[in-house]
Amino acid sequence: MTNIPETGRTPRVQVRLVIIQILVVSLLLTLGGRLWYLQVRNGSEYAEEASGNHVQQVVQPAVRGSILDARGVPIADNQTRLVVSASRTDLMKMKDDGKSVLDKLAGVLAMSPKDVADKVRLCDSKTPQPCWNGSPYQPIPITDEATPKQALQIRERSEDFPGITAEPTAVRRYGAPGKSNTAQVLGYLSPVTDEEINKAKDSDSPYLRSDQVGRSGLERTYDKQLRGKAGVTRYEVDNLGRVIGKAESDRAQPGSNVVTSIDARVQAVSEYWLNDAMKKARDEFDKNTGENYKADAGAVVVMENKTGRIVSMASNPTYDPNAWVGGISGKDYARLTGKKSNYPLLNRAIQGQAAPGSIFKVIPTAAAVNAGYEFNGRYPCPSSYSIGGQVFKNFESQGHGSITLGQALEVSCDTVFYKLSHDQWAKDGGNKPKKNAHDWFYKTAHQFGLGKETGIDLPNEVTGRVPDRKWKKDYWAANKDAWCKQGKKGGEYAERIAYENCLEGMKMRAGDSVNYSIGQGDTLVTPIQMATIYSAIANGGTMYDPTVGKAIISADGKRVEEIAPKSHGKLPMDAALRKDIDGALADVATKGTAAWRFGGWPQDKIPMHAKTGTAEVYGKQTTSWFATYTKDYSIVMTISQGGTGSGASGPAVRKIYDAIYGLDDSGKQDLKKALLPEPQKSLPKIQPDGSIDAPRIKPFKPAKPKAPTEQTELAGPPANVRRD
Amino acid sequence: MAGTGGFSVSGYGPERSTMSRLFARDSILRRLDWVILLCALALSVIGSALVYSATRNRTELVGDDPYAFVIKHVINVGIGLGLMAGTIWLGHRTLRTAVPILYGISVFLVLLVLTPLGATINGAHAWLVIAGFSLQPSEFVKITIILGMAMLLAARVDAGDREHPDHRTVVQALGLAAVPIMIVLLMPDLGSVMVMVMIILGVLLASGASNRWVFGLLGAGALGGVAIWQLGVLDDYQIARFAAFANPALDPAGVGYNTNQARIAIGSGGLTGTGLTKGSQTTGQFVPEQQTDFVFTVAGEELGFVGAGAILLLLGVVLWRACRIARETTELYGTIVAAGIIAWFAFQAFENIGMTLGIMPVAGLPLPFVSYGGSSMFAVWVAVGLLQSIKVERPLSA
Repeated sequence: MTNIPETGRTPRVQVRLVIIQILVVSLLLTLGGRLWYLQVRNGSEYAEEASGNHVQQVVQPAVRGSILDARGVPIADNQTRLVVSASRTDLMKMKDDGKSVLDKLAGVLAMSPKDVADKVRLCDSKTPQPCWNGSPYQPIPITDEATPKQALQIRERSEDFPGITAEPTAVRRYGAPGKSNTAQVLGYLSPVTDEEINKAKDSDSPYLRSDQVGRSGLERTYDKQLRGKAGVTRYEVDNLGRVIGKAESDRAQPGSNVVTSIDARVQAVSEYWLNDAMKKARDEFDKNTGENYKADAGAVVVMENKTGRIVSMASNPTYDPNAWVGGISGKDYARLTGKKSNYPLLNRAIQGQAAPGSIFKVIPTAAAVNAGYEFNGRYPCPSSYSIGGQVFKNFESQGHGSITLGQALEVSCDTVFYKLSHDQWAKDGGNKPKKNAHDWFYKTAHQFGLGKETGIDLPNEVTGRVPDRKWKKDYWAANKDAWCKQGKKGGEYAERIAYENCLEGMKMRAGDSVNYSIGQGDTLVTPIQMATIYSAIANGGTMYDPTVGKAIISADGKRVEEIAPKSHGKLPMDAALRKDIDGALADVATKGTAAWRFGGWPQDKIPMHAKTGTAEVYGKQTTSWFATYTKDYSIVMTISQGGTGSGASGPAVRKIYDAIYGLDDSGKQDLKKALLPEPQKSLPKIQPDGSIDAPRIKPFKPAKPKAPTEQTELAGPPANVRRD
Repeated sequence: MAGTGGFSVSGYGPERSTMSRLFARDSILRRLDWVILLCALALSVIGSALVYSATRNRTELVGDDPYAFVIKHVINVGIGLGLMAGTIWLGHRTLRTAVPILYGISVFLVLLVLTPLGATINGAHAWLVIAGFSLQPSEFVKITIILGMAMLLAARVDAGDREHPDHRTVVQALGLAAVPIMIVLLMPDLGSVMVMVMIILGVLLASGASNRWVFGLLGAGALGGVAIWQLGVLDDYQIARFAAFANPALDPAGVGYNTNQARIAIGSGGLTGTGLTKGSQTTGQFVPEQQTDFVFTVAGEELGFVGAGAILLLLGVVLWRACRIARETTELYGTIVAAGIIAWFAFQAFENIGMTLGIMPVAGLPLPFVSYGGSSMFAVWVAVGLLQSIKVERPLSA
């Protein structure tokens, strides 16, 4: 059939019909091309967008790993509590948005309906706390302190409580095994902030809204390992957020356990005796200030010499870390951080710094030998040393004649070190220092690791301070304005000091170097630094990074990752000098300043080495320091405003050794009673089901003190021996 | 030229009984364009499946009965088929005599929309709700414009007086179309107005009217568009739709939401789709109006490129066959009617699918044969009836 003849239509119409046909076909081809472009070429992109559209994630938090002591005793673990939660998704499906259900629930939980309603409302810029800050698809906890009866009421009448669950849930618990508290070492958890979520978003361990994050102590250092990986269930939802199906899910991976080198029993003993020593110090009269010692803070560290591992670490004042669990109350927070609190959150073993006093003297001893002095040479120990009219006294103004450096350590003679340091200062140019001054005494302090962190695996360690020339200059530059404003020539003491500082505070003066040589003045150290130094003297000279964490063991016990000891250098002394100092420190314990505290000590079996220290602090009472070591352990204790080293800290340190080695007061050893005669080597076993093989431990109870009848020699040192 | 009676195929052979006419060698059934019929039917069947998928869980629409919409859709298709049969039975020539009456009724109905009887559904004040049934008179206006203009334009040409319609006739025809278009513009049902303008273009092209008219109409369309914009005839939502079309990133939660979700739905279907009722966008009801204007997104997501392409292909076949009918009929009247229907179907399908694909601005237009909606369904099947009638009533070549 042809187009034209019998239709009688003109070619114009025919042409236009063809045009229409072409137009139609091209429109359809356009659509087809676009369809191909969207679906075939870019299809996967849109598929991804579609899944983002309709998939919502509900998170099952991973159970946080436990923190174990060296033998597997959990010092931080999880407790099952009955948590009542509400599903917003379910509540919102109800006609009254779940109000009647929540009101009924408030009745069962004995809470006010408003409190319950507030807990499930979503936070936004206009909604004040309490409100739910997490995902609206996440069950919202209403209480974690439901009683079994309340939980049963809710579960048995589940038709009355649609969208409400009452389930046992893991909550952090600091169990204080054997009465060990370990608060500052453990740290604490608190909910993750928006900022942290944003920051960690693209990292390999992103946070979930429901996460608790370690804020301090081990909880913070090992947060990543402890946290595990949360499980995620993906729900398909419709445009109104209603769940219409379940997509694939990832199961939660519980966090790993952190095995520490802490021994909960030794920890309990340390805490007890530290607190006891501070209590006793408060009963002591301080004749310098005319009132009892305040003993406002203290710390003790027990360290393994050959590894740097921490066996116990106590800080006082302390607190109950369980205060943080389930959100800290405003009252508790003020009690822990307020001005009056005396800051129990601080771990004074790593964050408390003070002048070291005489326990510092091993450093000038090494400095002197390195500067060329004979260890066994003879050095005068007069009762005082004067520089240009200024008199620097020996402790309690005693003289000891001409003695070796070892004896100077033993009797803690200050004047020996005054002279050595003063001579070196003069050699370095005195008030007009040479360009390349040796600065032996300062250099050696740095070599001992002072003035910087030891690298312990706990957060926020402080550095202490070596008041060398550079520090003096920086300090002066920072303070000169204040000094020059306050200073007055011939004014009061403080004003005169300020005036002097204003004029020449940038200079290392003779008096500075003299004060510095015996650990007084501007020098600051932390207990952990001193423990590191003394354990290094004990182990032959290796300064280990102190560690609390010993191993990371996966929840099923299959993966064990040991944290190997790491050193940050050697002490600047050769073997002979180390041996000399070692001997002198043993003498301190047997016949020197600490001897009166070690009466009856089995020195032949367990050689004891010690150094006492009493640091003077302007405007405060003296700081008590006591640094000791045996073959395996070092113990360093300090008590701020606590009195003398051996006087305040001595008995407590001995008590800790007694517990470790199983010694009684007379020095007889009973290995059965010994808590840890040798450092714990093996790691605790964790079963595939997550249970931990740990010994049971009893709460620490100190033995009743016997009346000190036959131990009269313990009542005080011989009259000619210094008691610092 | 009017037929002698409702039942006769005037002028060709003696009158026979209905049954014998149906099955005779030159019977209506044998001369029907079965390809168009089957393709259109296939589109409606696919449409049923898509409407089912889109509405089965829209409880706010269907209540507890997931089949509520699809049943109504199938009934609509059935009524549509009945209207087609009736149209064939009457024949387009018979209808030609009734055009003034039909035109009058349709204009009356669109006028009624502007009275309190009119109702606003989904932002378009284009509905009449009478005794519980909602009716969209603008759908029928599309038919009466085609028939009315064809009647005027073809009258003197088919009578052999002229080769092409003269200017006066063209003016008359345009006037005839302008009256209902102005009313629909006042609603404002912009989508329908655009379709009607395209219908006029198709009708004028096929009528052989002077090129000046064709280009004049194109120019007037452009000017009209600017005028509509400037005069503020449009509602805010319509302006927002155009803005969202120009910049899809604009306000993805607001006016851009439809197009964005529609594109996600279609794009995520990929080559073969998720399978009927398996699409997450459809199941999750992320695309609004998915059973009506956005029904193509269900096909895109759940049937994929294969299924959505099949819909395009079926529409293509229907239009291709319609073009053939337009070319092969003996009278200019039939040619014009067929061309008007082609312009209508082609533009409406292009606009509807194009907006879901993001290449056309959103306008409330159903996809012929596929979308849920009675008025539209009836109108397109009447149009198929007209095409069939034009084909059937062309003389046999013998």
